Formats: sequence, structure tokens, C-alpha cells
Amino acid sequence: MSWQELKNKLSEHAYIANNELAMALFIARELERPILLEGEAGVGKTQVAKTLSEVYETELIRLQCYEGLDSAASIYEWNYQRQLLSIRASVDTGSELNDIESRIFSRSYLMERPLLRAIQQQRAPVLLIDEIDRADEEFEAFLLEILSDFQITIPEIGTISATSKPIVVLTSNGTRNLSDALRRRCIYNYVPYPDRKTELAILTKRFPRLSSNLAQQIVSFVQSIRKEDLEKKPGIAEMLDWTAALSGLGINDITSDPEALQASLVCLLKTQADLYSIPTEVSQRLANGAA
Amino acid sequence: MPVTKFFSRTSISHRIADFCHHLRNNGIATAPIDTARCLTVLKLINANEHQEVRLALKSFFMKNREDFIRFDELFDSFWFNERRQRHEHEAIDRNKTQTINSKTSPSIFETSGPSKNDKIDVPDNYNDQEADSSGDGKMIAAKTFNKMTTDMREFVQAEDENEATIIAQRIANAIRYRLSRRRKLSKKGASLDLRRIMRKSISTDGEPLNLLRKRRPETPMHLIGLIDVSGSMQPYARVFLSFIKGLIGNDLRTDAFLFHTKLMCVSDALRDNNTLRAANRLSMMAKGFGGGTKIGTCLNDFNKQFLGRILGRKSLVIVMSDGYDTDDPSILGSSLKRLKKSGCKLIWLNPLLGWKDYEPVNASITTALPYLDLFAPCNTLQNFLALENELRIL
Repeated sequence: MSWQELKNKLSEHAYIANNELAMALFIARELERPILLEGEAGVGKTQVAKTLSEVYETELIRLQCYEGLDSAASIYEWNYQRQLLSIRASVDTGSELNDIESRIFSRSYLMERPLLRAIQQQRAPVLLIDEIDRADEEFEAFLLEILSDFQITIPEIGTISATSKPIVVLTSNGTRNLSDALRRRCIYNYVPYPDRKTELAILTKRFPRLSSNLAQQIVSFVQSIRKEDLEKKPGIAEMLDWTAALSGLGINDITSDPEALQASLVCLLKTQADLYSIPTEVSQRLANGAA
Repeated sequence: MPVTKFFSRTSISHRIADFCHHLRNNGIATAPIDTARCLTVLKLINANEHQEVRLALKSFFMKNREDFIRFDELFDSFWFNERRQRHEHEAIDRNKTQTINSKTSPSIFETSGPSKNDKIDVPDNYNDQEADSSGDGKMIAAKTFNKMTTDMREFVQAEDENEATIIAQRIANAIRYRLSRRRKLSKKGASLDLRRIMRKSISTDGEPLNLLRKRRPETPMHLIGLIDVSGSMQPYARVFLSFIKGLIGNDLRTDAFLFHTKLMCVSDALRDNNTLRAANRLSMMAKGFGGGTKIGTCLNDFNKQFLGRILGRKSLVIVMSDGYDTDDPSILGSSLKRLKKSGCKLIWLNPLLGWKDYEPVNASITTALPYLDLFAPCNTLQNFLALENELRIL
């Protein structure tokens, strides 16, 4: 599959990727390297991984990062309760200590977490490591080991090598700088807010029955509102939510009902300050400009 | 932008190696192995289509947003000699040995050897003595290094100040990140909390069914910055303000105050995303900037207003001042003593401390020293960098 074919495939699955992103995904796949996607929240970074899993018809395994994420939650953990019950039962039946030990530290007592699960799939899955910037630097170091060798060492069992190399997608909102070591191992792409043409294509893909006039108005309005001084600019996800809301409200022209338009802005604007900064007069001005 | 100078090369691998060198000269780190891998990438695409090559190299080599945005310019300057076109307008003499290629000719991967028009990778300033001074990576590095060690009151040009702002913000962000009191992650996970396990096991007939692990409560450090904006501190005020803005960022657990003869809270103004509005808010508070200093009185006001409310064991107070005070030093002493009683960490950054032969002997500083956890210079960006390590230990 060439990069243009990949781009078309993504488009068929309702993900409109720009050339840069399509090329980055293609190279990452061909070189079997992770891809690091950076960009504002809501520009479609996570959706890339979901769509890739659909394109390659494979499983999507997601690891949501957070502060304090450790190997027990991301790689593996022993099923302690089961081990304990097994020991109790074995004592009653008079089993040998070595037998008990080899049994309770076998695979059946291992609880696989996303990273271990990802490297044990027969068909290469898409491994989404979401919001890596939220995890600690130490977790990044664990990750480096796994991403470079695609193998995990469990002291009680040994080294588990990947049966198939997963397609790894890392996303970051840029809340902190990632280490150079991690960046170096990844193919990088910065996902910007889409331009007008791309956004219109996304909208018509997602809402094929939407009237072209309303689609144009929505895209123009969202493009304009992003230029306003906002704390949190609306991303694609917000734009799609807003479209769904407008459709649900039965609005065919955003200039027709100022009150309904203003009320529906809760789908686009996510903070109180932003809602205050776009009063009805401003939303009307933007709507008239979009019409 | 430094433009790399190379002799004319004919093979793809040499040209790619030269391009990697060009990227390195422009501050983009590329490993030697990347050159070889890059050739693999080019095999995957149509290498005669320069747009495809551009996209592929951009995806492959760029590792952060800033570089990602710069790439197109770097690509054009190397493969299409855009830089040289500009140079030729500036200095006609240079085009004696060079020919400009059309941007539309995708000849970058032709391997048949140089033709009359194929001189795109002839050294830009080959035979030109200016090459070393205008396009050398070392010169850039030296310039950056100098900025790190230059006293910040000498930052007079806007671009220097911008650079200082960016560096100061980066450092401040790094410091804030380091200040978290979370434990270092262990590969085996958090250690067991035996006390809680035993307590919990009572309900399961003494069987420790639930393994509980030690977790520290998530209580990150509360940062408070106090900047002296009196007359003697005016040359540093802008950069310090940038530093404190970086420190604050969008974190609601940080607070910033300016003081001269009065104390002003500027947290909300600095958090404002709208630069113009922030500037307006700050200018409204600017009365008294560049005037006298009453450090003791201001710290006393700070204690009165905020001591019980926002200060505690998890607070870090950073005072940025030269210590020249018109107040009685005893007021400063009593204010600091009260401040320290709250259990907070107290850091005093003094730009004069970085000056040659400066001795902290004035009455205010000598009064303050016993209460300080750290007394450090802050007149250069390198001092700020060193601060990061000091704060980690605190």
C-alpha cells in the first residue's frame, strides 16, 4: 500500500488526513516505528489510531496515560488474590513447594496489561498510547525499552518477544516536553487544526446528509471562532458535536435563530470564560460572516 | 539560517549525507544511522517527485513542532538554493561560480553526475571567505552560549529578549515539573503498605487478600514568585517577568506578585492568554515601577494577606530582588521569620550576586540570609539553568 492509497483508505473510513500525516503514517508502518502525533486537543490524533485499526482490520489496544502510571498498570501484574487462594488450596492438598511456586508464577496467573497484550497478538494490533505527556518521565524510559526491542522481561517467566510488531501511535497534547530519546525513536507529525477545505471534507464525510449550505456555514463559523481570543479553541470533535446539535435542533441556517445558535455554542466552547467572551452579538457577527 | 557548503556530489547517498549535515548545521539533531535509514525511506516512495521527497524527509527527520514548521525552509534552502537566490541579490560577485536552478526541476536524485545546470549542491560560498562567518554551525552555538552567560540587563534587542523569554519559560516549566513531590517510579511498582494490608485483612479472617500499595497524596508544590520592580531592578524586570510568566503558565497553583513600595498580585494578568489585555492590566498596576523599594513592608503585607490562606509546607516562595531596601532591615527580618514559620521553602534570587566582586553585605541581605533555603544569583540564563538542579535537591 502506497502512502496515497493509505490516505484514500483513511478517507474511506471517514478520516481525512493531510499529505504530511498520510506520509508519516505510511513511513511509520513501513519502518515498523512508532508514530508520535502532537497537536492541540480535539484535532483528531486519537481518531487516527482508531481509523488505522479499521483500515488494517486489526484490534485497537489503548493505553491511557496519566500521572503515576506504572508498569503494573501498563505492562503486567500477577493475580495476587488468585495466587493466594491457590496457595491455600495447595497447602490443604499437601502439594510440594516447588510445584506451587511454578504454578502460581505461570502465565495463567499473569494479568496482561495493554503493552504486554499488544506484543502477544497474532495479527499486529494498533497500540494507542494516548496522552503520553501526562505520564512521568520514568514511564517514558520503560516505554523506550519496549518500543525499541518489542520485548518484555518478566523475572519469574523470562523474556517475552513480540509475536507481531504492533503499529504504535503515541499522542501528546504538549503539556510537557517529551524526552529526545523517545522523539528520536518515533516518526513525528504535528497535527494542526484543519484548513477550511479539509474541515469541510471531514464534515461532509461524517454527515453526508447535511445540506451543503449549512456545512459551509458551520465550517466558516468554526474557522472564524478559532481566530477569536479563546482559552480553548474548538477542535474537530467539538465541530462535529456542534453539527450534531444543530441537526438535532432542526437548524438549517445558523443566522435564522440567534438564541438557538447561542445556546448551542456550549458544544463548541468548553469554558465559562470562552462562553462569556462570545456573546450573542459576536456569535451573530460570526454567523453572518459565515453565511 | 546557516546554509551548508558542499562540493558537488553525484550519488544519492552522498546528497542525503550532505542534507543531514545541513540539518545538523541548522540545529536539528540527526543521527548517523538516520542517513542510512533515510535511503530506505526514499525507496518506499517516488524519489523523483520532490513533493513526496519533502513529505517523507519531513516525517523522518523532524522530531518536534518547531523543527516541523522550519523544515520546508531548510529543505528549499538545500535542494533549491533559495538562500543563494537571496544572497545573489545582496552580493552579485558570488554568482561567478554558481548557477541557480529552477525550483521546478526535481533533479535532486539524478545520479548521472553534474550537468551544466546541476550545480545545486555546489558549495554556496565555495571559494568565498565569508562562508565561515555567515553559515557556520559553531558560530551559532557560540552565540547561543554567549546569550546564556550574558548579563540579562544587556538584553536590549527585541530578538534577544524574545529568545530570553523562550529560554526562561522553558526553564521555568522544567522547574515546575521537577517540583512535584511524587515518588520516583519503581519498575516493580509502588511498595506495599503493610499497615493498611493488615487492617484490611481483618475483614477476611486475617487473610491479606487485598494488596494495598503506598501512595503519596497528590499535593504538588505551590509556587509563589515575588519580583522586585523598583528602580534598581528595572534592567532585569522584563526578563524576570517572563520567567515568572513561564513559571505560572496555566497552573492555578502558582501565584505571582510584583513589589516596589507596594505589593501587587499579577497572577491573573500573567495568566491572561490575550497579550494585549495582559499588558493593559499590568500597565494599570505600573504606578510605582522603577521607584523606591520597601521589601520589608511588602513582605509584611504579603504575610497579612496570604500567609494563612495560601502558604504552607508545600509552598515555595521565590523572591527576586537585589536587596536594596529603604525600610528598616528589622521589618524584613520579622517578615521573613513569620514567612518561614509557615514551613514554606524560601529562595532569594539576587542578580547582583552574579556580578564580579559583589559581596552580599548590605543590611537587608545579611538580615535575610538566616531565613533563606537558597540564596543564588540570577543575572544570566545559565544561572536559571543551574537553579533547576538546586531546586530538585530542596
